[in-house]
This record gives sequence, C-alpha cells and structure tokens, in this order.
Amino acid sequence: MTTTPLLDVRGLSIALPPGADRPLAVDNLTFTLNPDEILCVVGESGSGKSMTAHAMMGLLPAPHVRVAGGSLLFKGKDVLTMPEAEQRALRGGRIAMVFQEPMTALNPLMRVGRQIGESLREHTDLPAPARRARVVELLAQVGLPNPAELAEAYPFRLSGGQRQRVMIAMALACQPDILIADEPTTALDVTTQKQILDLIRSIQAERHMGMMFITHDFGVVAEIAHRVAVMRHGKLVEYGPASDVLNRPQHPYTRQLIASVPHYIEHRDDHAKAGAPLLVADKVRKVFHVGGGLFKKSKEVIAGDDLSLTIHPGETVGLVGESGSGKSTLGRSIVGLIKPDSGRILFEGTDLLSLDRRGFRPYRRAVQMVFQDPYASLNPRHRVGDIVAQGPVAFGEDRAKALTRARELLAMVGLDGSAADRFPHEFSGGQRQRIGIARALAMEPKLLVADEPVSALDVSVQGQVLELLDDIRRRLNLAMLFITHDLRVAAQVCDTIAVMRRGKIVELGTAREVFTHPRDAYTRSLLDAIPGKAWQIPDDLQQVPAGAH
Amino acid sequence: MLGFAQLFASRLVKAAAILIAIVVMNFFLVHAAPGDPAMVMAGEAGAADEKFVTQLREQFGLDRPLYEQLGTYVGKIVQGDLGFSYRQQRPVWDILAERLPATLVLTLTAFILALAAGVALGTLAAVTVGTWADSAITVVALLAYATPIYWIGLMLSLFFSIQLGWLPAFGYETIGAGYTGLAHVADVAVHLILPVITLALFYMASYARLTRASMLEVRSLDFVKTAKAKGLSQSRIVTRHVLRNAILPVITVAGIQAGQLVGGSILIETVFAWPGIGRLAFEAVLQRDYQVLLGIFLVTSIMVILFNILTDILYGLVDPRIQVSQ
Repeated sequence: MTTTPLLDVRGLSIALPPGADRPLAVDNLTFTLNPDEILCVVGESGSGKSMTAHAMMGLLPAPHVRVAGGSLLFKGKDVLTMPEAEQRALRGGRIAMVFQEPMTALNPLMRVGRQIGESLREHTDLPAPARRARVVELLAQVGLPNPAELAEAYPFRLSGGQRQRVMIAMALACQPDILIADEPTTALDVTTQKQILDLIRSIQAERHMGMMFITHDFGVVAEIAHRVAVMRHGKLVEYGPASDVLNRPQHPYTRQLIASVPHYIEHRDDHAKAGAPLLVADKVRKVFHVGGGLFKKSKEVIAGDDLSLTIHPGETVGLVGESGSGKSTLGRSIVGLIKPDSGRILFEGTDLLSLDRRGFRPYRRAVQMVFQDPYASLNPRHRVGDIVAQGPVAFGEDRAKALTRARELLAMVGLDGSAADRFPHEFSGGQRQRIGIARALAMEPKLLVADEPVSALDVSVQGQVLELLDDIRRRLNLAMLFITHDLRVAAQVCDTIAVMRRGKIVELGTAREVFTHPRDAYTRSLLDAIPGKAWQIPDDLQQVPAGAH
Repeated sequence: MLGFAQLFASRLVKAAAILIAIVVMNFFLVHAAPGDPAMVMAGEAGAADEKFVTQLREQFGLDRPLYEQLGTYVGKIVQGDLGFSYRQQRPVWDILAERLPATLVLTLTAFILALAAGVALGTLAAVTVGTWADSAITVVALLAYATPIYWIGLMLSLFFSIQLGWLPAFGYETIGAGYTGLAHVADVAVHLILPVITLALFYMASYARLTRASMLEVRSLDFVKTAKAKGLSQSRIVTRHVLRNAILPVITVAGIQAGQLVGGSILIETVFAWPGIGRLAFEAVLQRDYQVLLGIFLVTSIMVILFNILTDILYGLVDPRIQVSQ
C-alpha cells in the first residue's frame, strides 16, 4: 500500500521535570499510523505509552512535562507547531480519545447526552435539535439500550461498561480520522471487556479509522492488533505487524513480556486432598443494607447467599468472579472482617461465627490476608520491619525476636536485608506486595486469604509474585483462598476453582474440570471472554506454569 | 421529582422535631435561672414583696406541675407568643420584629456579596495559579481572613467617614430626616455600605480560599482531561466542568455559615451602631433580660434550620447524585 500515513511520529521526545526517575519519558520515538489499521502500543506502567497519546492531544501536564524534540505529523502537518486554535479543532474533531477509567472520565454533574453534544457544538455548526438527534443516534450505534432516555441520564446511573460506551460515542461524535484508546478495557470485567473490544473493532472496520490502542495486555493485542509497537522506558523496542511480534518476537523484552502472559490452557494436576478439611464454609449468607434513613426503608443487596466450600491443608482454592459477585465478601467473612448473617465457617472444626471477639483472637493468627492494593495496605509512616513484626508483637512476641524474624521473612520473599529499615514508599508495587505477603506470613498462618493480590501489578511483576506465593505454599504447606477476577491467573495458581456470580457459587470443581469441561453457562462465557484465547504463545516462550508437575 | 419532594418533606419533619427540642430546652433554661421565673420577673419589674410574687406565680401558672407548665409554654410559643420583657415593658415578639429586618438586610447583603466575590476571586486565582494575580488574591484573602473583623470595621469607618466624609459612620438611617419611599431606601443603602463590606470581607476571604483549593483539586480529575480532549475552549472547561464541580464544597460551607450570619453579626452591629438582633442580644445579656434572650435564641435557631434546609435543597438541585443517596 502506498497511502500516506495518517499520523507520522518522528523522533518524538518528551522531557520529565528535573528530579524524576529519568530525564525523558519518551525518548526519540518514531512510528506511523495508517488509515484503516489498529496499531497497538504495548508496554508496562511507566513505559511512556500514555504520554505519547497525551502529547498528541495536547494533554501533557504543562509546564512540568513538555515535548523536548521531534514532530507529530497529522496528514503531513505538525500538530506540535500549530496554533492553539487549530490544535483545538483537531482535538475531538479529527483526533479523538477514549480513556482508561470510565468511572471518572465523565463529568458527574452533566447529563451524558449533553457531554456528547458538547463535542458536536464545538466542532460542527449543527443546530441544537440536530445535535440532540445525532447524540441519540450515536448512543444507539455504540449499542446502548433506550438511547433517547439514556441521553438524559447522569453518569452515576450507568455501569462501567455503559460509561465506556458513552465515552466511545463521544469520541466518534465528529467522525474522527484517528481514535486513540488508552487502556479502554483495563478497568472493566472480562465479559464487558470482550463486548467493548468487539464494539471497537467493528466500529474501526466500519469507518476505516486509524486507531492507536494502548494496552499492557498481550491477550488484547492478539485480539485486535494489525501492527504492534512495544515500548520500554520511553523507547520503542520492537515494531512490526502483529503476527510477527506475537509469534516471532525478536527483542528480549518482548519475549519476556509474552512469556509472562498467563494463559489458561495449562492447569494444575488435581490436588490430592489429604485429611480433614482446614476450613469449611457452610451456607454462608450476607446481606448489606444500603441507604435508608429515619423515614425510608433501606435497600437490600445480597452479597453472598448459600456459599459453601472447603479448603484442605496445602490446597489453593480460587474464587473467581466479576466485580460485585461477592467474592471479596466471602474472603472477608473468613478473615473475620465481616460478620455474615447466617451459615457457618468452620476452621479446624470450630465455628468462627459463634465466637466472640476474645474467642476469635487466636484464629486471627491462623487466618491471614494479603490485600489487593499494595500502595494502600501498608502504613506509610511505619518502617517495613515494624509493619512485618507488628502482628507477632501484638500477640505477645518479644519485639527484638519479632524483628529478627521479620528480616528473615523479608529475605524469604526476596527482599534484601536493608528493607526492614526503610519506608513503604521506597518500594515498587511488586516489592510492596512482597512486604504484604511477609507481613501475613509473620503470623505463621495456616490459611492465607489473598484478595486480588496481583491485579494492581504489571504482567512481568505479576508472574514473579505468583511464583513467590506458590513457592511459599509448597514450602510451608499453606492453604490458600485466592480471590481473582482473572481466570488466567486462577488457572496458574489454583487447584480448585469456585466461580461466583451475583452472590452465588455457580460452579465448583478442580481446575482441570472447570477449564476443560465447564458445566455452567456463565463459566463458559467467562472462559470465552478471555482476550487472545485463539493465540498460541510461541512454543519456545511457553513456561511451565507455577505448580504444574 | 418525587424523590425531591420526599427529600423536602423528610427535611421539614426533622426540622420540626429539632424545633420542638429547642423550645423544650428553652423552657428548662428559664427554670435553671436562680430562684424561679416569678422571682426573676419580680426582680426585673423592680418590686419584690411576697404577695406580688405569689400573684405572679398564680398568674403564670407556676404553682402547677412542671409538665403542665411545659404544655402551656409550648402552646404559647406555637401561637407566636414569645413572652413579655419586663425590662422594656413590651412583648418580646414586638422587640424582635422591630430589630430583625435590620439584621437580615445587613447579613443577607453581606452574604450574597461575599459569595459572589469570593467564588469569582477564587476562580480567578485558580485559573491563574502561580502568577502574580494568584499571589495577590491569596495574600489579600489571607489578610482579610486573619484581621479581626471589628478592627477592619473601625479602620474603614475612620477612613471613609471621618477622613473622607463620604459615608455615614454608624446607624441605620439618618435620624430625624424622615425620608419615605425611595429616598428612605437610598438612605438605608448608604448606611449599609460600610458594615456590609466589613462583614463580607471576612466571609469572602474564606470562600475565595475554598474555591481556589477546590478548583485546583477538580482541575486534575479525569473528566477535565476528557473535556480538553474534546477540544473545548479553556473558558468552557472552567465554567462548565471545573467550577460546576468545585462549587459543591463551597455550598456546604456557605450553608453552615449562612445559618450563623444572624447571630454572627454582633461585633459589626456594635461597631456600626446597627440596630439589629446582634446588638439586641448583646444588650439583653448585659441587662439580664432573659425573656428577650430566649426569644433571640429561638429566632436564630429557626434561621439556622431554615438555611440548612435551603442548602440541602440547593445541593439536591446542583448535584443529581444527592437525591439518590439520601
């Protein structure tokens, strides 16, 4: 093809303010985007992929971050040297953008129809009634039900998936030539992600737009990309047609990224259940009361109903489901953070729910939790050594002894000895999650409840943390309840899988059964929604999944 | 809109309950005074022989059981009878009715001025953050916030009335001029300028600071990025997206302060000899005029409740999410 590229990025450099971890966020970046193609820009957090998009849209946080060199040619004209008015005409008009976080990307105080209409008002001279009609048409095009009614709704009435559709409708309003999508599905559930990816792909094909799709997920890349650009530390490390990059990656970094993509085809051998179960959850039910007041009845939300499962020593049970399915509710009930309304939770035969505070105390030691957000779950004003030692000290352990033990544990989770004297903010996300795990292990628990322990981490780091958890499980014969929304992760670490939907367990079985012969329709739709399942990771990069024998 | 009516109704019911609690508290406050109310009244009336006190007790039903007295008291309040000031030899309601308009004119004007100027200055400061305009506004706001309000009042009146002779230094109207109609309105307005500016400066400073901080916070939110990506102009982004969201905390604080305005103007009314509720309260305290004080207490309580309801309604109108979560 000899078409001129829509977008021609030449030697783009973006400077970070002095004192940042590196001088250039984006370093001498060169690539092109053609009409009617999807270019996936892949990289981990901090690789500069979003910065590139922001530079194109004039969204860099001036004056700290600025373009230091190079050019951004849109149809042969440099966007960076255009006067502001001309740039504004491009933004939202010729080049549109969809953001990662649909929950916060819409103005909460403005009806969604008006937010879309604003774009039309700015870039077209349609009169108000025509704009309104166009908005309804756009909402219908992105597959939203009752578009006329929905245009009058405020964003808080819409689900995450619906909001992302509204964002897409907004981006499409003026028929742009280029659509930039910055991790548009990362914040969504798998099934919603699949719908949005399908929508984006069909709209792109229909309108022959050039699309720059930013993601960290190679599964998504395999699903939609025509060409792929891999970025690391602001530099382009690999760039080529999707089939080449996915199946014959050249650069070691690309190979490493692809190797750490979890894929569900592998599952563990069945776990040999030995002895009495460590934990039995029996018909646990929890109802939350939302709202309500002096004169108003509160709304009931059933977070968990009839939840039963068992965990044997050394077994890892995965609790899989989408947001709001009640999986965290069960996890928190077992740790004792929430009190269920009915049912029993038996730990080594003792019903935890029948105990009072004092009686429950010994079991707080035996059941420990690893939290989702490594940034929020560590007290920023305590030293890491103290954070790890705190639990045992609270249970009467000698402080000096506990600190020594803390250092051993930190070494065990792969941090060096000096870590104990430092503060949490000095560590990366993956390192903090290691600290969180060491903290849980300090109590010498028998059961570890890990609530989405890797979902806030980059893929390569995610792989390391999963390996660590598995290593610990084997060494200490620890039982684990592993809560996750990601089936690929669950496949990697779990012996038994419980699939949850709307507060109920819809399928419970060994990982092998669930992944090879799913019985429930919902499980099948979850498996079907995994992005990139048609893509086979190149043989030489397939790693033995943790825990497989 | 049904949710809105429901919200309003439930607010009114709660307000009524609070009001009854205040009235009951009022009643027990009278009884907490040394001696019984009859003694107090007798003392205030200036005659204190035993027969007069007994007569008073019978007259006001003070020999009846407490609950019966409470019932009578509440009944009177409901009918709008706030009692009788022996000190001034007039019904309390008449005294309050005479003073209330002056205070309301002063405080409401000051409040509206403070809100408008404060939000405008705060917005300007946020938009020009880091420049000399921002620094100037921030410094002026800090000064106005930190300087004692009566000192500003004194200095303003010293400068504009005594030095320049432009504006009257005190009072509500020109005594003895006997203006009527528009001339009267103009006369009161001229008298109003200095006290209003003094009172407004303080509140304006806090709204300006609040608006600036809130705007800067909202400016970094995702939906502002969305607005920019739509190619909207700077002014539209600021008014439609940033300010609209940033104003919410300002409404909350303004609502709380609006309730206090009636009672909070004592200093200003004293400095400018403004014949309002604030000064009346001050005088009543000095003179131990309990009946008047309790009347003021009731009236200011009603004002606070009223402004709270108004704030809630306004909030419901500005933020659509409120009606649902309530």
